[in-house]
Amino acid sequence: MEITAQRESETVIAKANGRIDSSNSREFHSNLEAVIAKDDPAIVLDFEGVSYISSAGMRVILITAKGLQSSGVKFVLCSMNESIREVFKISGFDKIIPIHGSQSEALAAVSA
Amino acid sequence: MTMTESPQKHKILVVDDEPDLEPLMLQRMRRYIRTGVYEFVFAHDGVEALEALDADESIDMVLSDINMPKMDGLTLLDRIPDVAPDIRAVIISAYGDMKNIRIAMNRGAFDFVTKPVDFDDLKFTIDRTLQHIREWKEALSARDKLVVLQNELNVASMMQQSILPNKFARNDNYKLFGTMQPARNVGGDFFDVIGLSDDKVGLAIADVSGKGVPAALFMMSSRTLLKGAAMRANGPGEALTEVNDVLNEDNDACMFVTMIYAVYDPTTGVLTYADGGHDPPLVIHADGSSTQLPVTDGLALGVLPGFDFLQHSHELAPGDTVVLYTDGVTEAINAEEEQLGLDRLREAFAADPPGDAEDAGHRVIDLVNEFAGDVPQFDDTTCLVLRREN
Repeated sequence: MEITAQRESETVIAKANGRIDSSNSREFHSNLEAVIAKDDPAIVLDFEGVSYISSAGMRVILITAKGLQSSGVKFVLCSMNESIREVFKISGFDKIIPIHGSQSEALAAVSA
Repeated sequence: MTMTESPQKHKILVVDDEPDLEPLMLQRMRRYIRTGVYEFVFAHDGVEALEALDADESIDMVLSDINMPKMDGLTLLDRIPDVAPDIRAVIISAYGDMKNIRIAMNRGAFDFVTKPVDFDDLKFTIDRTLQHIREWKEALSARDKLVVLQNELNVASMMQQSILPNKFARNDNYKLFGTMQPARNVGGDFFDVIGLSDDKVGLAIADVSGKGVPAALFMMSSRTLLKGAAMRANGPGEALTEVNDVLNEDNDACMFVTMIYAVYDPTTGVLTYADGGHDPPLVIHADGSSTQLPVTDGLALGVLPGFDFLQHSHELAPGDTVVLYTDGVTEAINAEEEQLGLDRLREAFAADPPGDAEDAGHRVIDLVNEFAGDVPQFDDTTCLVLRREN
């Protein structure tokens, strides 16, 4: 569960890849924590390379979102495939974490 | 468990009746003794050696001569496993004494060195033996951890099975059936049937985030909270609102549970339900066509305190079958890594409408198993079925 990160002006863009499930959710969590810092103004987590996310992975997203939101960091998700987008919609997670169609939309939203 | 970074000192028991080996060993190995790599302790026959091993568990390995009074080295080899099963022994033999070397190896010696002792070779042999012992102990520790984990998972699995209803009251107006097929790693699915006043019945299906013992514990508290809330609350929306608020207290671990909670009134045929971020119920009509009930714009429970859960009502027609299911059904994976999906489930019932609640429940699980084939499933497969009878 490698996470690559790049910086676009003040925003960290993190990209996850593959399946995120209970077998690698801890690794996903620690790798995600490694690329983001609470003094970053905004973080975009790009799902383009993610094929599946289980509830264990959703929990990592939730922990991260709550931690960042309480520190005043903008945290948004983008570029999900249809079934992952559906999982976020059904679970209602899209009510508490902004989700954007593409990375450029996500960047525009956090810099607004 | 020490956290020190310094290399661990290894204690070596040297067993020899000849008095000259001890000073020679201390002299030739002095550099490694001074730097704390080795510590040597000495015994002069097999009996003394066994006493030393019995008294001192920190001894890592034995270096033993063969010919000694009271108990020789070959007998010692036989006896070591009784007092110190994880110890490895290296034998010192006369040069060319292949007969005793073969006996020693057959009795479990790890290696041998010959007299006169070449101390460079001895150092190499000791290090190789210690390396082997380290790896052996690591393997044992990994095995023990695995056993503990396995036991924990068994507890989680037992907890999960024990809370599921397995008898379903028979009623002229409706039939119920629920079943759960656990994943290998124990997920956190559960369902419940709750008797309410005025002949109403509460139906819940839920999926807790994650796996194993944490999921099982969260499942237990979710289920208990729901039972209490279901009795008190005026409708499913209020029940989920209460459960959610309690689950949000002290939930630093950010565990959550998705849930559908529905109340069926058999006198009117009306199903009232609230959605806790769970897959919407599927209603299969008597002719095999099916409808997904609209969701109530819900949210997984445990995520956000103070969230107001809404509810919807839907009147079932006689012969309608409501299937509540978890994503272990729709996200079942086959060998081609395709997901089962809701459409396959609907098509299966369109071609052959369910006979009764139990038939529908079994067919959901059978469909998953046929679709998945030999592919191990990561998630519990759970469904709870209500059928309004004619």
